[in-house]
Parts: sequence; structure tokens; C-alpha cells
Amino acid sequence: MNTLFRTCPQSGLQFDKTAETLMKANAVAGVVFLLVGGILALLVTLTRWPAVHLLPADTFYMTLTAHGIDMLIFWIIFFEIAVLYFCSSTLLRCRLATPRLAWLAFALMLIGSVTANVAIFRGDSSVMMTSYAPMQAHPAFYLGLILFAVGALVSCFIFLGTLVIAKAENTYEGSIPLVTFGALTACIIAVFTIASGAIILIPTFLWSVGLISHIDPLMYKTVWWAFGHSSQQINVSAHVAVWYAIAAIAFGAKPMSEKVSRTAFLLYILFLQLASAHHLLTDPGISSEWKIFNTSYAMYLAVLASMVHGLTVPGSVEVAQRKKGFNKGLFEWLRKAPWGNPVFSGMFISLIGFGFLGGISGVMMGTEQLNLIVHNTLYVPGHFHATVVVGTTLAFMALTYFLIPVLFRREVILPGLAKWQPYLFGIGMGAFSLFMMGAGTLGVSRRHWDIAFAGSPMAYEYPATAYLLLGLMAVSGLVAMVGGAAYLLITVGSLLWGKKLEPVSYRKETVPLRLAPGAPAIEAHGGVGVGGFAAPGTFVLALVFLVSFVLYYFINWKYLSQTWGLS
Amino acid sequence: MSNTNEATPPERIPVMQHILDNPFLLLFLGVAMPTVFYIVWGVMEIVTIPVAK
Repeated sequence: MNTLFRTCPQSGLQFDKTAETLMKANAVAGVVFLLVGGILALLVTLTRWPAVHLLPADTFYMTLTAHGIDMLIFWIIFFEIAVLYFCSSTLLRCRLATPRLAWLAFALMLIGSVTANVAIFRGDSSVMMTSYAPMQAHPAFYLGLILFAVGALVSCFIFLGTLVIAKAENTYEGSIPLVTFGALTACIIAVFTIASGAIILIPTFLWSVGLISHIDPLMYKTVWWAFGHSSQQINVSAHVAVWYAIAAIAFGAKPMSEKVSRTAFLLYILFLQLASAHHLLTDPGISSEWKIFNTSYAMYLAVLASMVHGLTVPGSVEVAQRKKGFNKGLFEWLRKAPWGNPVFSGMFISLIGFGFLGGISGVMMGTEQLNLIVHNTLYVPGHFHATVVVGTTLAFMALTYFLIPVLFRREVILPGLAKWQPYLFGIGMGAFSLFMMGAGTLGVSRRHWDIAFAGSPMAYEYPATAYLLLGLMAVSGLVAMVGGAAYLLITVGSLLWGKKLEPVSYRKETVPLRLAPGAPAIEAHGGVGVGGFAAPGTFVLALVFLVSFVLYYFINWKYLSQTWGLS
Repeated sequence: MSNTNEATPPERIPVMQHILDNPFLLLFLGVAMPTVFYIVWGVMEIVTIPVAK
């Protein structure tokens, strides 16, 4: 066998040479799409800011389509494939399954993503990310997405194949590590997501070339959301896995309970994808039983899993910090956390933003009755910018600061800027999401180029507050974009001009599993904490979260009660 | 004197751990659940909508 391995002197992690190159290729492709999507984000934001209103209508819809596809699909899935290879080959210290096929998968994804972008920028595929039939894009748009999906699906099976190799070659003992289990969850959700995409996009492609006469809009919408929303659930599972990884990397933290965390991931596997139904809550033709089972019952079990992760990740950090002596009061462990380390600060802001902004708003929107208040308003992108941008993108950014020296063997340039980057991006994007949700609550529509419908017989006068919120949204968005630009400057600059770390030699054989990335792992969480609680600070934070959750939920029922006055 | 290692029966692995350690069973569950409850059920409801006359 021609596999070559190297061991990172800083982290002790072991890299298969081919897997390492594939991780780099996927991560770099992802970052290129983040750059393209980021430039488009600037144009979209400056158009949705009523005082600027930059682009004409047709260019705005084209830009918004490309922004959605490049960010929500291409940036995130390319990076996730890098995470899958890292969590299998590197964390299990084994060779990657079928590396040639992995390169073919990468090529398919690259060709697909470029093809879809070309189709969009030609100007005849401005159908938004959702591309609802009967709106029709150029066939190359659907073909590009299909090629990308096939490549991503092949990569998922390469991840599963690598798990089989690791087990067969005994490169680990017992169960796979929790971080790899989280990546497995993401992979399973990805398989369902991509298969759903194929089920709907292949006939839609055939319709666009004239081989099928009709696509039923409701059928399209139902199956498309199994792809469109579940793709965001891949992100949730992947970034939760990244949170656990960073807790271990930055603190040597061990999960508070492996059993509980794995069960929470199982709840994701079983129920998370069913939440796609909340996009159809106002559609006639599908029964309330289907809507309520999929959103209210099944989705709540997935929400429970997110709350478990939201408790156990900071809880494990708290226990590790208390073990190191930061044991005073409720929050010394948090005050003395390494807030200047972007790996930690990025992860923690991602966790708080995902829970408080994305999580709570998601449950609100997923309730059939409450959904009526905000359906198809700007509230929806407000919610998913909190989950996918503050949650996933910021977690991936945090992980990058760890990967630059470990994977790319370069020093991070501009460390002072790197220290501030997660705050600029996380707080800017958190405020952006919040103001978007505020404008959505006032009824501002989700996608419309001009909220006032100026010059139209259907003109509508929104309250002045809506315009104020859109202005604040845009300013916050600009702050986040400065943070995003800083990330791109630091990562690309580090790869090009960062000081090279000492060269490492490759060898032909693997070495036994040694789990010591960064700080030494703690053995147990007995003997620390306050009042019998191992992680009392986290418990208090969880209570604050629950109170906010309940209050916000009932405030929205109050809003709903005022929608139609009873005489 | 007998060897204590030989006398100790192998540790019993809980059923739940067996399930969680089987990626292909999890893959089956993770694909079957949403396929049945979301796609199949949803599509059945759509195809049974009466056609307008």
C-alpha cells in the first residue's frame, strides 16, 4: 500500500497525505465560494438598505440567487467535506478510502458549482436558491447542482468507507470518538438531503430541457425542502461536532456524558430532517396532521438534542476550567477563558448565537399557528443567518485558526486582527439577524427588491420602524462583512505569506491512537463545582436560556392573538 | 491459583451502544425516518388532492 502518513508535532494528530491534500483542496474551494458569496452579500445588503437601494431589480435577484447558492450550498458543503475527511482519516488515524474516487468527487463538485454560477451570472437563472417551479432556470443551473450533489454524495460514502477501514485495521479501540460520531450524523443527514435533491432536481432539469411537460409546484416545494432545509441540518450536526472538537482542542475538555451526547446526535439522525416541514406550514393541500407531526412533535425532539449539546459543550469547558483551578463562584471559569484565542471565542460566540438567536426563533417559526405571523417575511433569513452564519460559519472560521498551523503548516498572520475577527463577525452578524427578525415581525417581505412596492397599484406603507430596522440591519451587516473580510485576509494571507512551520517527514506506517491534542484531557469531573453541581455556571446559563425561550414563545402568542381582533 | 483475567467474563456491551456503533444501521434509520414521515406521507397527501373539474 502506498499510503504515507505524517504526525503533527503540535497536536499529535496524524494525517494521511492524500486525505490531507483533499482536505486542503475542499477547504480552499469552500473559502473561494465564501469570498464570492461575501462580495454578493455586500451588494444584497446595500440594496435592502432603503437609504442606499444600490442595485436595479433584475441584478438584485440575480445577486441574491448567487449569494444563497454560493453560501448555503457551496461554501458550507465544500468545508464540510474537508471536516468529514478530517474526522474520519485524521481522528481515526487511518488511510482514506478510495482517494482517486475522492478526487473525482471533488472534481464533480467543482465543475457543478462553477456551472451553476455561470448559469446564474448569465442572467437567465435568477430563481433564488429555492428555484420554485414554475419559475424556470437555464438547464445548466440544475445540471450544476446535480453534479455538485453527486460529488458530495460520493464524498459521504468515502467517509463511511473510511470508518470501515479504520475498524477493519483496528486503528482505534471501542467506539469512534464523539467528534467523529457528530460527523457521521452530518454524513447521514447529507445522504438523505442529497438523495432528495436528486429526486426533485433531475425531473426539474428534464423539464427545463423540454423532456417533461409539467412540474407540480406543491410536489416540487415539498420534496425540494427535504433537500433545502436538510442541507442546513448537515451544518448543524457538523458545527456541533466542531464545538466538541474545539472544547477538546482548547481545553482538553471531555464531554460531560458521552452517552447523553451520543443520544442527542441519535435524536438528530432520527428527527432533525423532519423540521423541513415548517416551510410548508401555510401551504394548502397538505394536512395539519403531517405539518404538526413533522414540526411540533418530531422537531421538538431535535430541539431537545440541540439543547443537550448547548448544555454539554459549555459544561465540559466549565468542568475542564474548574479542574485547572478556575473554581471560584459561578463564572470564574468563563471570565478566565482564553477570550483572545479566536479558536475559543469563535466557538463560544457561535454557540451562544446559535442557541439564543437561531434556536429560539426556529422553534417559534416551527409552530404552525405562530408561523403565520412571520411566514415568508424577512424573519426567515434573520433566523437562518443566526443558525448558518453565526452558528456554522463562525464555528468553521474558529476551526480554521486551528487548522492553519496543523493542516497547512503555516503560522497565522496578523494575530492581533485574528483576535478581533470572531467578535466583529459574530456580533455584527448576530445584530444583523436580530434586526432582520425585527423587520420580519413588522411584516417586511423576505425577498422583495422594494419593500414599499413604489409605483405599484399595490403600494404599501410600512411603519417607520421597519425602515429604521432595515438601516440598522445593513450597518450591522457591514460590520459582519468587515469581520468576514478579515477572516479571508488572515486565512488566504497565512497560506500565501505565513511563516512556514518546520517540515515534517512522511512514513509508510500508521502509529497507535494518541488523544492529546493541545491540553491534557481531564479524567473525570468529580471534586469541582459548587453546591453539588459539576457545572453550575452552565446550569445558570441554561436557565437564562430557558426563561428567554419561554418568554419569547409566549410573547409571540400574544402577537398572534392581536392579529385578528375579536369583537 | 487460577488466572483472574481468564475467570472474568467479557464485558457485556449494551444494546444501545451496539446500535450507536453501527454506522450503516444509523444510516438506514436516518434515511428511512424522513423518507417515510416527510416524503412518502407528504407526497401521498398531494397525489390524493382531487383534480379540479
